[in-house]
Amino acid sequence: MSDLKQTPLHALHVSLGGKMVPFAGYDLPVQYSLGVMKEHIHTRTKAGLFDVSHMGQVIVHGPSYEAAATGLETLIPVNILGLGVGRQRYGFFTNEDGGIEDDLMLANRGDHVFVVVNAACKAADIAHMREALEPEVTVTEITNRALLALQGPAAEPVLSVLDPRAAQMRFMDVATLNLDGVEVWASRSGYTGEDGYEISVPADAAERIAKKLLDHPDVEAIGLGARDSLRLEAGLCLYGHDIDETTTPVEADLAWVIQKVRRAGDERAGGFPGAERILCQLDSTITQKRVGLLPAGRAPMREGISLFETEDAPDPIGTITSGGFGPTVGAPVAMGYVGADNATPGNTLYGELRGKRLPLTVTKMPFTPANFKR
Amino acid sequence: MKYTEEHEWLRADGDVYVVGITEHATTQLGDLVFVELPEVGATVSKDDEIVVIESVKAASDIMAPVDGAITEVNTALADDPSLANSDPLGEGWFFKIKPSDPSQFDGLMDEAAYNALIG
Repeated sequence: MSDLKQTPLHALHVSLGGKMVPFAGYDLPVQYSLGVMKEHIHTRTKAGLFDVSHMGQVIVHGPSYEAAATGLETLIPVNILGLGVGRQRYGFFTNEDGGIEDDLMLANRGDHVFVVVNAACKAADIAHMREALEPEVTVTEITNRALLALQGPAAEPVLSVLDPRAAQMRFMDVATLNLDGVEVWASRSGYTGEDGYEISVPADAAERIAKKLLDHPDVEAIGLGARDSLRLEAGLCLYGHDIDETTTPVEADLAWVIQKVRRAGDERAGGFPGAERILCQLDSTITQKRVGLLPAGRAPMREGISLFETEDAPDPIGTITSGGFGPTVGAPVAMGYVGADNATPGNTLYGELRGKRLPLTVTKMPFTPANFKR
Repeated sequence: MKYTEEHEWLRADGDVYVVGITEHATTQLGDLVFVELPEVGATVSKDDEIVVIESVKAASDIMAPVDGAITEVNTALADDPSLANSDPLGEGWFFKIKPSDPSQFDGLMDEAAYNALIG
C-alpha cells in the first residue's frame, strides 16, 4: 500500500525495529522488539512512549474563547464554556439519533479551543465543525505537529527532567512546556489508565524530542498492540468498536461526560444533535448498555462474539465489542453491549467461542485501577 | 528434525514424534496467551485442526502434521502459553503423535528446505 501516510516519527519507528502495519491510513508500529506483552507491562510499571501523530489536532479559534466554545457546544454535549483556562475535557460529537460520531479531547488554551480527534474521523469532524460553526469561528487542522504520549508511573519524573513544570500539572491540565528548547503543548492525560502526558510537538523537532525521552532508561517505545490492551484494561472505548454512530452516550455508559449544565432543566440544557433522545435516556431506562466482561477461562473472547443469557438460550442478548488478553490482569478481558437487564455486575453470561458456550462475568471497569494524578 | 509449511517442527522420540511450532512462527504470532491441546488418545488425520492457539493479536489453528494418535500433550504449555515464545523448540512443545503412515514423512521438509521457505 503505497498511499499510506507517515508520521514525523516514521524513520525512528523503522530504526527501532517497529513492525509496521497500516492503521487509519498511516504506516504505524504495532509493536517493537519487546513485543506487546512486555510493552504493556513496561508502560504500567515504568513509562512508554507512543506516537499518536495520526490523530487530528485542530484549533478552533473565534473572536474569543467563549465564541468558539459556544459554537462547539451546539455539536458536543459537554460544558465547554465552563472549562477553565489550562483545563481539558473528554467529549464527543453526537448525531441527530443521539449516536456518537467521534470522541475527542477539548482543551481551553486561553484564546482558543484545542481539539484532538480520531485519525479515521478527522476529515469528517473538521468538515462537520466548519459547516456548523459561525464564519467568525475558524477551524484549522494542525498538520505541522506530531503528537506523542508518554504514559506510566515514570512519566512525571522523566518529563520533569526536561521541564520541571510538568510535575505541577494535575490530571487533565494543559500547559505549554519547553522541552530542550522546543515549545510543546502538553496535557496530563492519556489512553492507558496510567498517569502521563500527551504532547504536541513541532514536526521538525519530534524525532529529537522522542529520542531524548527514549534515552531515559525507564522509557521504551510502545506500539499500537499494547496501546489497545492498555486502553481495554482501563475500560476506555475505541471509536468504531465500543462506540459508534449507533450507540448513544448513555448506552455507552458515558453519561458522566455530559455535565449537569447541559442536562434537562439546567442553564444550557440540550442544544446539541440528538439532545432529545440522549436527555430522555438520562432520565429513563435504556435497552442496551456497555459493560465490562471477564471470561472465566483462559481463552480470549474477542470483538464480534455473541453473548447469551444461558448455555442453551437460542437468541443472543449482546455482543463483545472489544476483547483480548489483559497482560496486567493476567487473564482475558472484554467489553461489550448487553441488554440492560443483564448489565448488573456479577451477572453470568455465555459467549459463543468456536461453537462452545463459555461463561463470563459482568464486571465493573476499569479492570486495572486507574493511576491518575488528580 | 522435520518441518511443515504450517511452521511446525517434528522431532523423533522413539516411535513417536514431538511436535511444536518454530521460532519463526512464534515471532510472527507474537506473545501466546492461550493454548487448547487435543485429547490424549485421539486419532487424528493430517491437516485436522487439532490445536487452537491465541496470541495477543489473534487466534490460529495448528493442524495435525501426519495421520496418527496423540500419545501425550504438554500440559505445562496450556498452563503457561509463553513457553512457546521463550523456548519454542524445547519446553514449548505441543503434543506427541504416533504416526500411522510413515510414508507421509516424505512430504515434510528438512531444515534447509524450511529455512529457504521462511527466507
